[in-house]
Amino acid sequence: MTDITVNGVRHSLDADSAMPLLWALRDLLGLHGTKFGCGIGACGACTIHLDGQAVRSCITTLQDAGGKQVLTIEGLGMEKEHPVQSAWKAGNVPQCGYCQPGQIMQAAALLQQTPKPTDQQIVDAMSGNICRCGTYQRIKAAIRAAAGETA
Amino acid sequence: MSNIENVSRRNLLKGVVASGFLLGTSVAGWSPVSQAVAEPAAFMPNLFVAIAPSGQVTVVVSRSEMGTGIRTSLAMVLADELDADWKDVHVMQAQGDAKYGDQNTDGSKSVRLLLNTMREAGATARQMLLTVAAQRWNVAASACHTEAGAVVLGTNGKRLRYGELADAAARLPVPPAGSVHLKERAEWRYIGKSLPIVDLDDIVQGSAVYGIDVTLPGMKHASIERPPSYGGRVKSYDATEALKVPGVEHVVEIPATPLPSGFLPLGGVAVVATNTWAAMQGRQKLQVQWETGPNADYDTTGYRAALEATAKQPGKVARQNGDLDHALQTASKRISADYFVPHLAHAMMEPEASTATFADGVCTAWTATQNPQQARATVAQFLGIGQSAVTINITLLGGGFGRKSKPDYVAEAAFLARSVGAPVKVTWTREDDIAHDYYHAIAAQHLEGGLDTDGKAVAWLHRTVFPSIGSTFTADTVYGSAGELSQGVVDMPFAIPNVRCENGRAEAHVRIGWYRSVYNIPHAFAVGSFVDELAAAAGKDPTQFLLSLLGEPRKLDPRLLGSGYANYGASLDEYPIDIGRMRNVVLLLAAARSGWGSPLPARHGRGIAVHRSFLSYVAAVAHVAVATDGTVTVPRIDLAVDCGMVVHPDRVAAQFEGAAVMGLGNTLFSSVTFKQGTAEQSNFGDYQVARIDATPETHVYVVRSDAPPGGVGEPGVPPVSAAICNAIFSAVGRRVRALPVDPGELKAA
Repeated sequence: MTDITVNGVRHSLDADSAMPLLWALRDLLGLHGTKFGCGIGACGACTIHLDGQAVRSCITTLQDAGGKQVLTIEGLGMEKEHPVQSAWKAGNVPQCGYCQPGQIMQAAALLQQTPKPTDQQIVDAMSGNICRCGTYQRIKAAIRAAAGETA
Repeated sequence: MSNIENVSRRNLLKGVVASGFLLGTSVAGWSPVSQAVAEPAAFMPNLFVAIAPSGQVTVVVSRSEMGTGIRTSLAMVLADELDADWKDVHVMQAQGDAKYGDQNTDGSKSVRLLLNTMREAGATARQMLLTVAAQRWNVAASACHTEAGAVVLGTNGKRLRYGELADAAARLPVPPAGSVHLKERAEWRYIGKSLPIVDLDDIVQGSAVYGIDVTLPGMKHASIERPPSYGGRVKSYDATEALKVPGVEHVVEIPATPLPSGFLPLGGVAVVATNTWAAMQGRQKLQVQWETGPNADYDTTGYRAALEATAKQPGKVARQNGDLDHALQTASKRISADYFVPHLAHAMMEPEASTATFADGVCTAWTATQNPQQARATVAQFLGIGQSAVTINITLLGGGFGRKSKPDYVAEAAFLARSVGAPVKVTWTREDDIAHDYYHAIAAQHLEGGLDTDGKAVAWLHRTVFPSIGSTFTADTVYGSAGELSQGVVDMPFAIPNVRCENGRAEAHVRIGWYRSVYNIPHAFAVGSFVDELAAAAGKDPTQFLLSLLGEPRKLDPRLLGSGYANYGASLDEYPIDIGRMRNVVLLLAAARSGWGSPLPARHGRGIAVHRSFLSYVAAVAHVAVATDGTVTVPRIDLAVDCGMVVHPDRVAAQFEGAAVMGLGNTLFSSVTFKQGTAEQSNFGDYQVARIDATPETHVYVVRSDAPPGGVGEPGVPPVSAAICNAIFSAVGRRVRALPVDPGELKAA
């Protein structure tokens, strides 16, 4: 049994402790907002927050997450839409939308740690998140806009 | 539109109140995949619109959403002619069914094909609602008008909401096709406006449902080991260790399809488990012996050399004007160049995924497919059942780019669901995706040109050699199809009197498929680059040279193109090759807005290219910087676009912004190579795509046009490679003739 807390709710999971958190979230808890893209931490689609840090849930095991706070896209704006989500909507960022939960989680963690990032800091923080639709320009603009909001 | 019939059945649509998934439901042909609620409709005058007593307007979208915004754009068109209040509009996704006409979301044609259908569908409903209101008020229909979801009587302020009229409207006969009044452009209330896409909230909240997200009660998860090379098959396998993995329940062999395999699965061994991770773990424990098949020696290094040798020899003539050989021999200056483009993988962010149930001879699938009717046919064929026993529900697509027009993965899930007697979801890994794609064709091209003493082009030879997509479907296909040669070869638009376009023979050794903009990728790269080489040979500015090469604004004489010109399936009367749009609209606009000709620092340069594809015209200017170590960055791309009339300006701009990024990735990073029949790349670590750090500042200028709508999803990609490579030449004086760009070739001396 592994105990994890996801979006404020505690779960006891009877599963292989080596199972990546990604698959535990998706298949065991039915939280599908966290996406599978590569399985090797190379695309960022599965980004979640573990104790406030952006991590790739596809290479984070259930054991790694044990006893920690997991925040997924479903929990990010649970009480109130997160400024990053609002900025994403205002800028009409998504195309297919598949990578966007990961992008949003990555951006939210960036702004948590660096409320006023420079353009270079935005690029550095977001370079691990692939968008094949090519929405990067709008992602940059939305992060700048959200940084204004959260100031 | 043809075949409008009143399919209103008050009870028919009960049960479509969908909260979460409605299992096994095929009511009215809508895909029960969204969590939104569609209320029972009272009035459904055609396949595309239903109105509930509450006033809710359901628009049925028959094309797949993979990021173009089509669910929003088509709904806007219908809502516009209906005069619906956008707040009342709710979008449902059609299932795969021939009754919707062409649903293959491919070829940048959804708006082109459905603009009038959706307008007429909305206008028909509107007219019927207006008729009912007029009868109720006992006035002439002409005394009434509609606005935002209601019929209004003259100026006295009486109004009836559509929901109040829906019951009665359902009892009226549907007016004949072509008889309803369509709005003038000036009256459009939604077309031409950039409304937020209908899936925006779901996407940013993480609740949007893609193929990979579908979950059914009792569902199993499958991961499939497929043959290491195309045409390989299982010789034997040992599942003992795999079955020991906790959660693994079944190991099932999927039969291989004889080559060419078309849309059908490649075969292999599937591990079926209680969760995805267990299935993947079990798969790693499989012991599979393979018969390697006929393509186990495929090696792209040798294959490239063979294509390039073929491109040096005369090929099948696809277009011929004047006397090319004489013109080349007598030209004052003669140049030639050879270009190469590698295989590419689609690598859409959502890998192939599909879920299916099979019970009582009936298969129901939920999947992300661009090609729902083909999915239905493929599942039926693979299972050996009739198409009427197959239901295809369509989710959102996490990218498509052409890969998801091939439903092999949909058939895999259907097969496994039948085999194990439970719902099964098949999820491809990224490694599966890169290893078993329908790859963009590798291509070699040879061009020759001749200039007269004034530096004017008088001769043009274009020879292209590539494995045809037809090879994936028909044995012994060794030449490009007319449609493939119509993507940037025989439609060469320049005013050059002596022309020959040829196609050389090439056999395929992997599945070849459509990839966003398809054969325009190699052809626009070669043509756009060679024009720049001609300009340099003539000692002229590339933009000025292009302007003179395009010649007088005119519609290209179709007789020049030969009989095989496909024009993306459209008539040349309605969609001519319009040199005026290419030259005076997009080329001049891109040059002006990009600052063409203004000074740049050392080792920076600008390059320009113009290309017509999918009936739209795009000019690209790239600004490139080449570091002394040869690294290429692209600070800026300008795209000028004439795609005819526009339904949703922001989504059009977004498609071109994305095309700039994908075009850049194709140019600088992406390549799939093969050794011993197997792709040498496996994931995003070694299959490189454009990331945010490579993203240029992209400016998109979409011109106002009253021309019929052209394509939007694909046409931005083709001119980008040539623009970037021409800019590299301008920056450092070296020609890049093979993609992706090799920085090692561009180091400072």
